[in-house]
Amino acid sequence: MAGAGGGGCPAGGNDFQWCFSQVKGAVDEDVAEADIISTVEFNYSGDLLATGDKGGRVVIFQREQENKSRPHSRGEYNVYSTFQSHEPEFDYLKSLEIEEKINKIRWLPQQNAAHFLLSTNDKTIKLWKISERDKRAEGYNLKDEDGRLRDPFRITALRVPILKPMDLMVEASPRRIFANAHTYHINSISVNSDHETYLSADDLRINLWHLEITDRSFNIVDIKPANMEELTEVITAAEFHPHQCNVFVYSSSKGTIRLCDMRSSALCDRHSKFFEEPEDPSSRSFFSEIISSISDVKFSHSGRYMMTRDYLSVKVWDLNMENRPVETHQVHEYLRSKLCSLYENDCIFDKFECCWNGSDSAIMTGSYNNFFRMFDRNARRDVTLEASRENSKPRASLKPRKVCTGGKRKKDEISVDSLDFNKKILHTAWHPMENIIAVAATNNLYIFQDKIN
Amino acid sequence: MLSKGLKRKREEEEEETLGVDAWWLDPGHPAVTQAPPTVASSSLFDLSVLKLHHSLRQSEPDLRHLVLVVNTLRRIQASMAPTVTLPPAPSPPVVPSVTDNLLASSDAMLSASMASLLEDLSHIEGLSQAPQPLADEGPPGRPVGGAPPSLGALDLLGPATGCLLDDGLEGLFEDIDTSMYDSELWVPASEGLKPGPEDGPDKEGAPDLDEAELDYLMDVLVGTQALERPPGPGR
Repeated sequence: MAGAGGGGCPAGGNDFQWCFSQVKGAVDEDVAEADIISTVEFNYSGDLLATGDKGGRVVIFQREQENKSRPHSRGEYNVYSTFQSHEPEFDYLKSLEIEEKINKIRWLPQQNAAHFLLSTNDKTIKLWKISERDKRAEGYNLKDEDGRLRDPFRITALRVPILKPMDLMVEASPRRIFANAHTYHINSISVNSDHETYLSADDLRINLWHLEITDRSFNIVDIKPANMEELTEVITAAEFHPHQCNVFVYSSSKGTIRLCDMRSSALCDRHSKFFEEPEDPSSRSFFSEIISSISDVKFSHSGRYMMTRDYLSVKVWDLNMENRPVETHQVHEYLRSKLCSLYENDCIFDKFECCWNGSDSAIMTGSYNNFFRMFDRNARRDVTLEASRENSKPRASLKPRKVCTGGKRKKDEISVDSLDFNKKILHTAWHPMENIIAVAATNNLYIFQDKIN
Repeated sequence: MLSKGLKRKREEEEEETLGVDAWWLDPGHPAVTQAPPTVASSSLFDLSVLKLHHSLRQSEPDLRHLVLVVNTLRRIQASMAPTVTLPPAPSPPVVPSVTDNLLASSDAMLSASMASLLEDLSHIEGLSQAPQPLADEGPPGRPVGGAPPSLGALDLLGPATGCLLDDGLEGLFEDIDTSMYDSELWVPASEGLKPGPEDGPDKEGAPDLDEAELDYLMDVLVGTQALERPPGPGR
C-alpha cells in the first residue's frame, strides 16, 4: 500500500484492509451549510457514534447487535437519537450573533443506563443526558389513559399503576448549561479522568469546570496579554491526560505544546514541560508560522505519547522528550510548493484533526479531495484512502490512492492541481477497541471497517 | 490556479508544479531572476493587508486567523526593507485602546469606524512608503520601511499614517462625527472632559460664584455628579 508520503509493500500480515461499510447523509450535490459535519466522536465502548453539525444538531448512531448467523458482518450503525443541541444566539451587549455550530462533542464514561455527553459551540457548553424509555405506566388513578384529569369525586376505587412495555423512545435532555465563561471562541473541551471535572479552552483562556456546578468555573490558563497589541499567539487545542487527572496539555498557533500540572499552582500559566521542534532553516518561508500552527492535540490511550497535527504533518511526541517529536509523518507534503495559493484562498488555515486507534499502533488524519491518511507506526507504512460515493459498494475494499507530484502522471494517480480543495476531511474518529473508523466528508459520514476478523 | 471550489481538469501535460500565484517563490522562474525581490514580497504584503482588513471588519474576528495574518505581515515587512528603520512615531493613546477593544470586546461600532478608517487609509497611500506627503505617493505595494519593534494589528498602519499628519491619527478624526466619542471607551487624552455648555460662559463671567457652587461644578466636571439644574442666579 503506497501512500503519497512514503513507500510501502503490498498488503499482508497485520495490514489493515479497509472496506466500505456505510454512508450517512444526503446525496445531493447542493450541500446545505447547516448539514456540514463539524465533529465526530465515538463513546467509550464504541457502541455509540455522535456527530455534530453547523446547524447545531447532534445525531447519535448506535451499533446494532451482531447478527449471530453472519458472524463476519459486524453490527451496523443506525440513528439512535437526534436533537438540537445549540440554537443561534444573539449577544445584545456586543451586537454579535453566536453561531450554533457544534465545535466539539465529548462523551462521559457511562455510569448507569443513561448516556451523557458534552457538546459545545463557540460560547456555551451543554451536558446532555440520553436515556431510553421502553416502559410506560398505565392505570393512573387521577388521570385517564389519554391524560385528561379525572374528577376526584368520581373516583370510587384505587388501583396500583402497572408498567407495560412500549416502543423504544430515546430522549435527550439538557441537564447542565455552562455559559458565560468564555470571551473568545471555544475550541476544545476535555473530560478529566476523575470523571468529575472537565476543561474548556478558547483562544486565550482555559477554564476548569465541575460537571455538577454551572455557575462558576476556575480559570487555569490565561495567555491574554495586558496590552492586546502584544498578542502574537493563541491557544488552539487542549486535552486532559487520560490517566493523570492533574495533567493537561495545550497547543498554540506557534507550533508549541505546553504540559501543565494543576498541582503546582492554581493558575497554570507556567508550564511544566514545553514541547517545540526547532525550525528547519532550509524550509523557511513567510508561511512557516501558519503551517506550524497546531490544529489538534491528542494523547495516546496509553498516556505515554501525544500527537499533534499541523498543516502538513502529524507528529508523535514522547512526553519525556521536549525538544523534538519521536515521529513525524507527512500528510500532504506536495502542498508545500502551493502554500501561496493556499494562503490566498484561506485553505492554509484549515484545521485538521487526528486520532489514534485503540492500541496506539496507528494514527489517522484527513486531507483534501476527500482523502484521508493512515499511518501504521509499527510497520512504518502509510496509505491514502478516499471517502467517496463511487467507492461505496457494500464491503468493497478501499483502493489506495496516490497523488502525483510532478512529471508524468501514472494511471489512477491524481495530480496535485486536480485536487478538490473544497472536499476536506477535517474530522475523523477511530473506534476505541475495534478497527472501525468514521470519516466526515462535508455533510456525509462514512463508516469503514477492517475486513480481517 | 488553486482557488476554492475549482477543480482543475486533469491535464497530462501539466508541467507547473507551482501554482500560478506562487511564481515569485520559484527561484528558477525567469521573471523572478529579473525582478527585484521586493515585487514578490509586496504582492504578498498587499494580500496580507487585504486579509487583515477583512478580518478586522468581522464583527467578531477569528483571533487565530488574525494573529497568524498579522505575524505573517510582520515577517514580510521585515524582509522587504530590513535596513531602513522608521523613527518610532508617537502612538496616540487612542490606538491601543482601539486595538484592545477590537480584539477583546469586538465593539461593533468601533470596528465599523476603524474599518472605514482603514479603508480611507488604504485609498490614501496603499500602506507603503512612510515619510512622504500624501500628494506624491507611488502605486500601492511600494515596500514599507522597517517597522518599529512592537506592533499591534493597527500599529502596522499607525506609524505610517502618523507620519503623514503632524498631529497623528487624531487629525484624521477632526472631521468625523464625534458623537461616537461620547461613550466611556473613547476618551481622547488631549480633549479631556467636555464642560457643560452653560457652565463655561457663566464660569468666566461670574467670578463671584460662591464656594458651594464651585464645588458643585467641579463635581460635575469630574463626573461624580449627574448634571442637575444648578441653583443660583444668572443661568
